[in-house]
Amino acid sequence: MPKPEILDPQGKAVLGALPRLGFTGVTDVRQGKRFELEIDGELTDDVVEQVRQMAATLLSNPVIEDYTVSVETLPTSVETVS
Amino acid sequence: MKVGVVTFPGSLDDVDAQRAVRIGGHEAVALWHGDHDLRGVDAVVLPGGFSYGDYLRCGAISRFSPVMTEVIEAAGRGLPVLGICNGFQILCESHLLPGALIRNDHRKFVCRDQRLRIENTRTPWTSAYDEGAEVTIVLKNGEGGFVADADTLDRLEGEGRVVARYLDDNPNGSMRDIAGITNERGNVVGLMPHPEHAVESLTGAGTDGLGFFTSLAAAVLA
Repeated sequence: MPKPEILDPQGKAVLGALPRLGFTGVTDVRQGKRFELEIDGELTDDVVEQVRQMAATLLSNPVIEDYTVSVETLPTSVETVS
Repeated sequence: MKVGVVTFPGSLDDVDAQRAVRIGGHEAVALWHGDHDLRGVDAVVLPGGFSYGDYLRCGAISRFSPVMTEVIEAAGRGLPVLGICNGFQILCESHLLPGALIRNDHRKFVCRDQRLRIENTRTPWTSAYDEGAEVTIVLKNGEGGFVADADTLDRLEGEGRVVARYLDDNPNGSMRDIAGITNERGNVVGLMPHPEHAVESLTGAGTDGLGFFTSLAAAVLA
């Protein structure tokens, strides 16, 4: 997410568009990014730490953005839905 | 002097930058983003454009290209490096320069002849200018808003590291009207306007940008 003190022109554009569609009561919009990384094998602390390093070095720019890392476990077998 | 101009996938202004280097009296050496050496150049220009499609963030992926590993190391040894527009974004992502460049505050792409004041003439890229010189150089960007925290901005101003500032009106929301900055050592300069498009009166608003390319020789002779 852009840091609170960093201007977010895209969020401002979305905020401006909402009332035009009849949505009211929204006082602010901030636009960020979400990355979904699929990891092979067990999610050890070391692996999560590596993901944090990815977030800090490439996925985000700490000068203008904050990030959080959250872990979700995928089902072991994924059924195909037709 | 031999001046390398890096072409990344998505660079737009590399050929113009090479041309400006030659008009400035130097030999232009084409460098490729995948290069693992700088071919013995005396200075490097990172040109404008949309390297790697501006994916992720402008300059974020370019920073990790093989040639940038060499540029970052050479810059640490004092090699003159000029980043123009997307090149400036790459320098910030590389942490060779502080701060970052974000989307213009008015959200529109801006393309205009921009008045600037050159405030630091001690860099190898600006020594041909008189301090306080007011010049007109083309500006074209979508994400040219320079941002940094207040301490960083105070330090940049206090140490005379603001190289150029926007005059008349601020085109992109840059904090303190900053158009270009330099590092502590003064060899790395990032600039949002495009001096390489302002080197011939036939194709631009004038030749005010030429000084960025003739400065190199002046810096060596000094």
